[in-house]
Amino acid sequence: MTAISLRGARLSYGDRVLWDSLDLDVEPGEFLAVLGPNGSGKTSLMRVLLGLQPLSSGTVSVAGGNRAIGYIPQQRALDQSMTLRGRDLVGLGPDGYRWGLGFRNRRERRIRVDAAIESVGATRYADAPIGLLSGGEQQRLRVAQALVGDPTVMLCDEPLLSLDLANQRVVSELIDKRRREADTAVLFVTHELNPVLPLVDRVLYLVGGRFRVGTPEEVMNSSTLSELYRTPVEVVRVRDQILVVGAGACEEQTHHLTSGAAS
Amino acid sequence: MTFFDLLELGFVQTALITAAVLGLVAGALGPFIVTRKMAFAVHGTSELAFTGGAAALLLGIGVGYGALAGSIIAAVLLGVLSRRESDRDSVIGAILAFGLGMGILFLALYKGRSGNKFGLLVGQIVGVDSTDLRLLVVSSVAVLVVLAFIYRPLFFASVDPDVAVARGVPVRGLSIVFAVLVGVATALSVQVVGALLVLALMITPAAAAMRVTASPVRATVLSVVFAEVAALGGILLSLQPGLPVSALVTAVSFVIYLVCRGVGAVQRRAA
Repeated sequence: MTAISLRGARLSYGDRVLWDSLDLDVEPGEFLAVLGPNGSGKTSLMRVLLGLQPLSSGTVSVAGGNRAIGYIPQQRALDQSMTLRGRDLVGLGPDGYRWGLGFRNRRERRIRVDAAIESVGATRYADAPIGLLSGGEQQRLRVAQALVGDPTVMLCDEPLLSLDLANQRVVSELIDKRRREADTAVLFVTHELNPVLPLVDRVLYLVGGRFRVGTPEEVMNSSTLSELYRTPVEVVRVRDQILVVGAGACEEQTHHLTSGAAS
Repeated sequence: MTFFDLLELGFVQTALITAAVLGLVAGALGPFIVTRKMAFAVHGTSELAFTGGAAALLLGIGVGYGALAGSIIAAVLLGVLSRRESDRDSVIGAILAFGLGMGILFLALYKGRSGNKFGLLVGQIVGVDSTDLRLLVVSSVAVLVVLAFIYRPLFFASVDPDVAVARGVPVRGLSIVFAVLVGVATALSVQVVGALLVLALMITPAAAAMRVTASPVRATVLSVVFAEVAALGGILLSLQPGLPVSALVTAVSFVIYLVCRGVGAVQRRAA
């Protein structure tokens, strides 16, 4: 059964069309990276899949609906004095949206939360105030929070942003491990493809209302990207990294270049 | 009269019951108010409770009902007008100033006993009578029941709004409902500690509790305990010397806060 399915999907705000006639099937266990410059509708796609934004036309379906989605946001600086531990954050994963105090299933929740925390290797700091943890530690807990609900689909909204390279690798490998072990479909919105390139099955590249879906080889080449950006774009492969050089594409290149230079 | 003679007096007992109920409500709401950074909103709401109370005084109806109406209107106004986080501060400032001005006008027009006027601002717990007490208990139970019902989604929305939205939590609706709960609790507190000192019950105990623990459940329990100690302790301490209740409630509350800051600092250094 398909995990995510979009048929003839169109999203527009007034005259501005973000994308149109988008057909997309993401299979269980597939890793799909969503790329594109700012304002190309990556976040809106995420909101459509979460059911927060209706399509202008076409249909969307997510196997299991909103409750089957594990959502991982980008790391953001948390208030240092916040009264919250990692285990409280993870504990919101399974049923944080449910009314009531949540007393009844607290024992079962605790077992699941402990298991999820252990699976991302965060046991050591799960009881510390979350504001005092590093960005990498916080993102591991975010992964645990998404996993504890036993998702069929994981939506990742720039989860590696502002992490260093070692933590980028840890967090992306945790996501990869989950989809291999549990056949969870992964939709991964990102500015930089390189940190997840070895994991990616297909790429959805959005630019100014146009898009292309395919394997990284099919999409990340000079002719396809030049066509998408409607301006000459050069794609260069250096070792196992993909570098995109070109007028319209340069805004998203800062990340590639810094991560490329650091590795 | 000795301390124990004073405890036998009807109005003292009413005051103690009132304080106990308020401590419970304020202590339970406090951690959410602090997490959601609503201290100023509470202050703004309490000024509007003062306005409502002053209007009620002028119209000759129960001050408690006026305060309740004023702060609920304030809560809804704040919820609707400050759709964006960045607006909130200035919206509260504008409403607060206007409300306070209106309150002063109502008091100026009021020809009754002047003690009532001052009481709204700085508190007059001994003025609580049995009708007020009934209103207080019923409203408090209502606040606690609603809080228990929305507890988990509200907690989700307060500490992790991005993911809460993604998981389908009605974050905006909850923030208006919560503002109304805060409004009701504020209106009740105004009658005890007065509009100017509501923060001593609604913020200080929670802020103190959150200094010493990172566990949300423990923080809530401590916040309730601290609010009770401040409210009841303040009244008991005020009896014999005959000092204003609100002064002692705020003093006890602040001492607890200082101690917790110290304990928190030691904990962090040890960790």
